[in-house]
Amino acid sequence: MEYDPAPESPAIAHLQERYGLFIDGAFTDPAASETFASVNPANEQVLAYVTQASTADVDAAVTAARRAYETTWSKTTGAQRSKYLYRIARLIQERSRELAVVETLDNGKPIRESRDIDIPLAAAHFFYYAGWADKLDYAGFGPGPKPLGVAGQIIPWNFPLLMAAWKLAPALAAGNTCVLKPAETTPLSALVLAEILQQAELPAGVVNIVTGDGSTGAALVDHPDVNKIAFTGSTEVGRMIQRRVATSHKHLTLELGGKGANIVFEDAPVDEMIEGIIDGIFFNQGHVCCAGSRLLVQESVADEVLRRLLRRVDQLRVGDPLDKNTDVGAINSAAQLARIMELTAYGEEEGATRYTSSCTLPERGYWFAPTVFADVAQSHRIAREEIFGPVLSVLTFRTPEEAVAKANNTSYGLACGVWSEKGSRTLWVAERLRAGVVWANTYNRFDPSSPFGGVRESGFGREGGRHGLEAYLDV
Amino acid sequence: MSDQRLDVKKTYKLLINGAFPRSESGRSYEVTSFKGAFLANVSQASRKDVRDAVVAARAAQTKWWAQSAYNRGQVIYRLAEMAESRREELSEHVSLAEGLKLKAARGAVARTIDRVVWYAGWTDKVAQVLGSSNPVAGPFFNFSVPVPSGVVGVVAEQDSSLEAFVDAVFAPIAVGNAVVVLASERRPTPSVLLGEMTATADFPGGVLNLLTGFTGELAPTLAAHEDVDGLDLAGVDESFADELALLGAGSIKRVLRPSPDDSPVRRLRAFIETSTVWHTIGQ
Repeated sequence: MEYDPAPESPAIAHLQERYGLFIDGAFTDPAASETFASVNPANEQVLAYVTQASTADVDAAVTAARRAYETTWSKTTGAQRSKYLYRIARLIQERSRELAVVETLDNGKPIRESRDIDIPLAAAHFFYYAGWADKLDYAGFGPGPKPLGVAGQIIPWNFPLLMAAWKLAPALAAGNTCVLKPAETTPLSALVLAEILQQAELPAGVVNIVTGDGSTGAALVDHPDVNKIAFTGSTEVGRMIQRRVATSHKHLTLELGGKGANIVFEDAPVDEMIEGIIDGIFFNQGHVCCAGSRLLVQESVADEVLRRLLRRVDQLRVGDPLDKNTDVGAINSAAQLARIMELTAYGEEEGATRYTSSCTLPERGYWFAPTVFADVAQSHRIAREEIFGPVLSVLTFRTPEEAVAKANNTSYGLACGVWSEKGSRTLWVAERLRAGVVWANTYNRFDPSSPFGGVRESGFGREGGRHGLEAYLDV
Repeated sequence: MSDQRLDVKKTYKLLINGAFPRSESGRSYEVTSFKGAFLANVSQASRKDVRDAVVAARAAQTKWWAQSAYNRGQVIYRLAEMAESRREELSEHVSLAEGLKLKAARGAVARTIDRVVWYAGWTDKVAQVLGSSNPVAGPFFNFSVPVPSGVVGVVAEQDSSLEAFVDAVFAPIAVGNAVVVLASERRPTPSVLLGEMTATADFPGGVLNLLTGFTGELAPTLAAHEDVDGLDLAGVDESFADELALLGAGSIKRVLRPSPDDSPVRRLRAFIETSTVWHTIGQ
């Protein structure tokens, strides 16, 4: 079935040509610094130029954050902090349509997702933590828990604004000041957020936003006056950061990669399960650390599940991310597309059977058709390495014990799914999975009240819920 | 000929997987009292012993965690019972090792045993204190439970021969981890005695593995081991702790560098993971 295009207007984004850094409550002059382009991955057009923050810029941001911490924020009552966060939440809601378009332009994700998931969840996160700011005494960490000081926060490109919210909201609620480093390829929504922080009249220096590449992140990690580093990104970079921080007294939380198993038992509710598998791997083009990238199907239903799954994959609408009918958008960058292509080539080379959606891909931009590999063995690279793209590997199992063993056969431990109508078995499996999050008869659900984070090489620390405060308190 | 009875001298051995082997290397080293008198020859564990202990701990952790929290509490409490009846022996060893007057050593042992009792009580409280039910926006039952990190490597404090050892070891064990501990290098005998008591307290073999030997030789192997999930670096100085923390980063370990200002529950939180389950609600 065909739909007429229903595109959202890119003009809603109101983007500026150039953006400075947000330091001490004001934007620096972009003309005075080196800049780089942020590109729309759906058509390779330049959206805006942003500033490449140097080590000196990072130092200025940390200095501003320290000063704001000492002179202002640590003297601001919890109730006051709370009201600032409520203001920010409300302003995000007010500018949600603009933010959704900015996010979709800069990231390539479907407008349906940025509009219905990223932006509302970002607002909800500020709203949730706003309420904690004046209730820290009751959060279970003893009376008068103290903030850590200046938090350096480095976020990825897959959920740019949402990750900024996950980092900033609990840090500010707990009384820290922040230096946020958005991802190189998706800096724009954080810069709109900076405008929102100005509108909210958040005191200068409480949040500073420095755009740039990996060198900017490294300068932030290495800065001696930062008390805490919070990082979301790949396990490879996380390991490097943990090493750099190991010999300092900085606090550290890491939210890293994953290779989530989505386990389907023969008694699973079929329609929900097929949608759940699709959502698990094709949501956000598979650029999701907790993606259900390994499908483990009970052997007795494997053929039927695969048949229905492939039929559904073929129906996914791939294309213009601004079109409200689009299911799967653009790959975020040329570099990520190259990585997906490299790993999927290994999939075929190592003997897995490849199915590719018959969708037609736009000519310009970075695109990858939804792909499913069947006959995958546990030793295959596509079953072990995080692809971070719309690529699903299908494996089978016979018994619950085997499902658990295969699901846990990874160095990661972020998220898993379990599909079964038998509650006792679901809980039995959930208890044995080494994962920070288990979704039962659903997948890829997020909520500010629900702690999120990994075990093993998927990192440590939690974001969301009461647990998320611990990452920003000296307890 | 004298009628005086010859003492039966004790051999101090390792504790790995519930058994008491000498080091696979056959090595031992001499431990003296605080005042310098010969105390015992103690097994000098090798890097291979560390690896064997990690394998044992990994297998035991599954069994330990599969037991009910109530049962784990009973096992830890049983250790307090065992230690209680051997307080005098422990006190003599603490006195010799730390150079304390016997009265002061008795105080330390009493506090140690009370601390074991404290941890026994935590096993079935942790989930309620650190877990939660989460009011998500949607038709889901969502709850978070603390689960153990898995295998925890502990470098025990060097000066406190028993009291600090108990905190470092039984905090992670109480919340369901298995432990490989490097005992105080120069003052190991009190903790070895306590380790022996775990064998009569129904701990599954491998839940506590205790190695004596040279910290400088063994700790890097423990810190770098990819099947160790957490590290407690209580017993090393700042620069060695830096080195070990760096090794631990290789496999994203949870690294605790305890400080005297820490809250008593910090160690309970240090080696747990919060696991969150979402389940649909519907008719």
